[in-house]
Amino acid sequence: MPTAEQRRRLRKWRAVKDWASKGTIATFGIAVIGTLVLMFVYLFSETVPIFGSASMEPVTGYEAPGGGNTVHTAMERYREVAVRFTEEAEAIFFDPNDGSIINREALERTEGSQVTSYATGEARSRLIGYGLDDGRAIFARHDYDITYPGGQRTITPRISYVADTPEPLEVFAADEYRLDAIGVQRGRRGTAVVGANNERQQLRIVLFEEDEDFLTGAVTVERKVHEVPWPGDDVEVTQILMDTTMRNLFVGGDDGRLHYYDIAQMNNPRLIASERAIDQQAAEDAGEQATVTALDFLLGAQSLISGGSDGSVAQWFLTQGDDGSRRLTRIREFDGHEAPVTSIGPEHARKGFATAAADGTVKLHYATSHRTLAHVDLGDDIAIDSVSLAPRHDGLMIVGEDGTFRYLDVDNPHPEVSFSALWQKVMYEGRNNPDYVWQSSSATQEFEPKFSMVPLTIGTLKGAFYAMLFAIPVAVLAAIYSAYFMSSRMRTLTKPTIEIMEALPTVILGFLAGLWAAPFFERNLPAVFSILILLPLAFVAMAWIWSRWVPSSWRQRIPGGWEAAILVPVVLLVGWFAVTMSPYIELALFDGDMRQWLTEQGINYDQRNALVVGMAMGFAVIPTIYSISEDAIFNVPKHLTQGALACGATAWQAMATVVLLTASPGIFSAVMIGFGRAVGETMIVLMATGNSPVTNFNIFEGMRTLSANIAVEMPEAAVGGTHFRLLFFAALFLFLLTFVLNTLAEIVRHRLRRKYSSL
Amino acid sequence: MRDWFKQGTPWIWLNAGAVALSLVMVIGLVGHIAFNGLQHFWPRDLVAFEYSEPDRDPVQVLGEVDRTESLTGRAAAERGFRLETEDELVTRHRIKRGNRDVTDRDFVWYLEQHMGAWHYPEDAVRLERRQWGDFYGFLDEVRVDGEVVAEGEAAWDRFEELFAENRPRIQEIGRIERIEIGNVNAELEEVRLAQRRLAADETITQEARTEREAALQIQRDELEEQYAELEDRRNELLERIARYQVVLSTIEGHEVTHGMGDIVKPSRPNQMSVVDKSIFYVGEFWDFVSGYPREANTEGGILPAIFGTVLMTLIMAVFVTPFGVLAAIYLSEYAKQGPLVRMIRISVNNLAGVPSIVFGVFGLGFFVYLLGGAIDELFFAERLPAPTLGKGAVLWASLTLALLTLPVVIVSTEEGLSRIPGSIRHGSLALGATKAEMLWRTVLPLATPAMITGLILAVARAAGEVAPLMLVGVVKLAPQLPIDGNFPFIHVDRSFMHLGFHIYDVGFQSPNVEAGRPLVYATALILVMVIIVLNLTAVAIRNRLREKYRAESD
Repeated sequence: MPTAEQRRRLRKWRAVKDWASKGTIATFGIAVIGTLVLMFVYLFSETVPIFGSASMEPVTGYEAPGGGNTVHTAMERYREVAVRFTEEAEAIFFDPNDGSIINREALERTEGSQVTSYATGEARSRLIGYGLDDGRAIFARHDYDITYPGGQRTITPRISYVADTPEPLEVFAADEYRLDAIGVQRGRRGTAVVGANNERQQLRIVLFEEDEDFLTGAVTVERKVHEVPWPGDDVEVTQILMDTTMRNLFVGGDDGRLHYYDIAQMNNPRLIASERAIDQQAAEDAGEQATVTALDFLLGAQSLISGGSDGSVAQWFLTQGDDGSRRLTRIREFDGHEAPVTSIGPEHARKGFATAAADGTVKLHYATSHRTLAHVDLGDDIAIDSVSLAPRHDGLMIVGEDGTFRYLDVDNPHPEVSFSALWQKVMYEGRNNPDYVWQSSSATQEFEPKFSMVPLTIGTLKGAFYAMLFAIPVAVLAAIYSAYFMSSRMRTLTKPTIEIMEALPTVILGFLAGLWAAPFFERNLPAVFSILILLPLAFVAMAWIWSRWVPSSWRQRIPGGWEAAILVPVVLLVGWFAVTMSPYIELALFDGDMRQWLTEQGINYDQRNALVVGMAMGFAVIPTIYSISEDAIFNVPKHLTQGALACGATAWQAMATVVLLTASPGIFSAVMIGFGRAVGETMIVLMATGNSPVTNFNIFEGMRTLSANIAVEMPEAAVGGTHFRLLFFAALFLFLLTFVLNTLAEIVRHRLRRKYSSL
Repeated sequence: MRDWFKQGTPWIWLNAGAVALSLVMVIGLVGHIAFNGLQHFWPRDLVAFEYSEPDRDPVQVLGEVDRTESLTGRAAAERGFRLETEDELVTRHRIKRGNRDVTDRDFVWYLEQHMGAWHYPEDAVRLERRQWGDFYGFLDEVRVDGEVVAEGEAAWDRFEELFAENRPRIQEIGRIERIEIGNVNAELEEVRLAQRRLAADETITQEARTEREAALQIQRDELEEQYAELEDRRNELLERIARYQVVLSTIEGHEVTHGMGDIVKPSRPNQMSVVDKSIFYVGEFWDFVSGYPREANTEGGILPAIFGTVLMTLIMAVFVTPFGVLAAIYLSEYAKQGPLVRMIRISVNNLAGVPSIVFGVFGLGFFVYLLGGAIDELFFAERLPAPTLGKGAVLWASLTLALLTLPVVIVSTEEGLSRIPGSIRHGSLALGATKAEMLWRTVLPLATPAMITGLILAVARAAGEVAPLMLVGVVKLAPQLPIDGNFPFIHVDRSFMHLGFHIYDVGFQSPNVEAGRPLVYATALILVMVIIVLNLTAVAIRNRLREKYRAESD
């Protein structure tokens, strides 16, 4: 016998253990909620940044490094070196953080000549061109050599000349016309300079066509000159842009119009159309001449952004009409400025751009999402002359008319997302009509990501819809039968089978659907539909035969509640019959090939289609719906049915009028849970459809669902990017949808249980 | 008739029909998989015939009949067959003719009406090869060091003899490549990491540094020497095997030469008796279960996939069992009915209903990038930027699936706990036990079968789940198993192969879907069997438990 002290200590120790185990167990119990909350919070926190906006923060400002007037600025990707090109054709490299000069280099030009115009290529090409008053042009590029001596990054800037010679290129050199406007571009064909002289109304393309000898690799350059018709008699050319394919030339005039030339055949350039870029009427009312004051390409040189003297900002690109004619179309108008737009700074890797106006305002826009993301007002005293974005769109350089520099930090991580980009039809570059498109990546860098959630949402609903169409009748009818009519011995056989059905991995179902069912359905399309029609008829026919034709001595041998077992051979027979008859039906009704016949009727047929998915996914959700609705029907209090039977109802009448009505909320919640499962199902859809994001409900076409899309694209999405977060958004959406469905179903079932116990 | 409908008899039958349809679908599906999965290993006879389509030169065909179907003439014409009339049904056979190295396609459809008489050449040979899939043809001669040592009839026996002689060498090469070189590589990696750690360490003195560096260099040199030795041994073996060659010809007359090392398994199915075939069948099945995959997974075995699946579910069980069981105990023993319990129940239901891919997304973001990334920074900094746990890994896959299967364990355990009669609890408490003692000593032992049921169901669920795994660590081909002889033996940071993903990958991502199809069926069969057995076991345990407590509570 332990002493009192020992017993007291033991008791205390036991109390501590009791308390500790209670604490541990309670922690784990509550951790279940914690898990769910953690999932939600995490998914939410990964998603929410895409709905944020952008910001611009002024960092510093300084006088123009090196003095003189600036025509163009740029930065390299690490924002350690910036460059400004002056009116005197000098490149001055400086540190953007404090304006200290790193290096300066004067571009070569002919003695005594004056700069009269300048131009830049697509932002990431780092090209700059100067037009001179002697009819010559300078065409150069600013390059940055990055080395890592001693593990430390060192950036050495330099100037290189595009046409292999530092000598200025001759445009109107023979006549010595000055270059009033210039456009430069470098493409696959070589280097091109376009010059215009307003006095003589001359517009000329000088192409330095490069030809590489494929044996020696030696490049020969041939200079070709092409004259381009002047856009209009009283027009003065202010802007010239040529795209990188060198097939299209855009000229902006002081008449507020954009002129589009087709120069695919350079020896025969044609003026296709002149479009009004600026609302002339409004400008005239204000007593001004409306002009295009800024014009630049977006990334990829497909879209033009125009800025007008009235402060308007618009996006343009070429579209093709129904008759095949190409015209320059105004795609969308952005939130503009109060004062004339003076400069456009396109992003280097996305379809965004910054605009600046004479009243000191700067705005950040994004083309695809049609958003104006940020806005900063530097005050009237700094009439902005030029604006440029850093290659990683994280910095902004502004030059005022007075020559002062302002340097801003930009935070603009997810401009691609807006309500219209996700849920509305969008006019994408290179397309002729607005559309819903999901296309997140492509091989080229100029690609415009298309993030419409509509095709994925429609695909998800489509898959779930066809699955439910198949699953609800089978599952609910089977549940009614098993809960009410089936003999208990048959139940012991059916129950494990259904449990196996529930346990079958969806990857197996998907694989069978994709590799076996899809080709089988394609070959035996009539069989599929005839089974769907014949089966119910055969069941009713069998009922008739059994109750009227089969001798009662036979009937008595099989007790009630085994109808399902009797019908198994009927199912097999109908299946066999339909498959055997399938080719004959094709021969008789569909010219020998139903698939071909469908195509001729204008119905697209994919081998892996919604029909296959509907069947396979239906198969997957049948057990879910079945077991919950069976539970609901089985638990209807027995005295209700007994009452109905006592009043003279047949078993079926009692079922249909009393039991089903009482259990209907339970069946409803079963359907909801089944729907939730079908919406989130991944592997079946992934394997049994072609995963093409189409927006229709055609049963013979495939789809791409939100879940399959996550499975396909998540491993490739860049961490933290817009695409990555959009996939998280899809996951969050699925999470919330199933959360709502399941919680609702749970509440309905809870109420039903209470109702049953009160009945 | 109207009365008959009014009474509802046909509707009852219609309902019964839904049950019948479900039964047929389930049993048919499992049967379909079983049939296709099992028949793949049976050595089928090689059929030879002459195929002459109108307006084309007749060709000789040798191969296995893979599938037969009938279709309408028009459909056949659209698939490129030449027919005299399109108005009738035609039969076509798909022949697996192998020889991917000399012919363009290994599976070809042939119309029956253009086939000559079928015959089964006695001496037709089927070679399972390391590359290019199967070979079908005839054995011409056997060469040793370029000299012909046997031809014609005698060639086969000689070939079998030499093949048996070289088998141990081939296995030895496999062992060297897979295990020994792997071990040396692992040690080399350790030394490399030690060197990097040393270079990053700023606390030690210059002398100590030089000393350690020298020691590591010596270690490294030794290992590299070992590596070279192993390579020499392997090359020597390869050379020896290369001495033996067989010359074969296809039925079209192409001559093909193979070294013994190229051949996995030779057979002459047309000469085999049923007993021979059965033995061959068992051997094939064993090779499938115990072998490594070849040819972009479309041939060979699935050992790594089985291994990965088992390991992943085991680790998952370690996480999910305590969590699930304790949560269930809380729900049924401690918690008082109220909003908190309602919330926990709703959470459990929702965890069960959340799509599995969402768990995958969560696992990728939270476990892999967030947790894994943090662990890498803290403990494996010397390996950066190559991630250790900041990428898909067995550990993260297991944790993700543990969350996914949590509700299964909770629901099952709770059900078991609720069936234990209250009298047992009361008796225990009446004897003076604390609540904890009552639970641990009396209730939990009684509820063990219920927990096991839950665990089995969770394992079955996890074994079949693929979608979340695709994001958190499954790969199509893992170079190393997650368990090997190198410290720490269980490598939870490695990616792994999985049966379910194997099915998806071979069936849908592989370049030659037709060749891989039988293998997919066989893999599916194994997966389905595992899951069915697990589920039926769980059901059986649960039923026994119910019976037992029904008897006790009466």
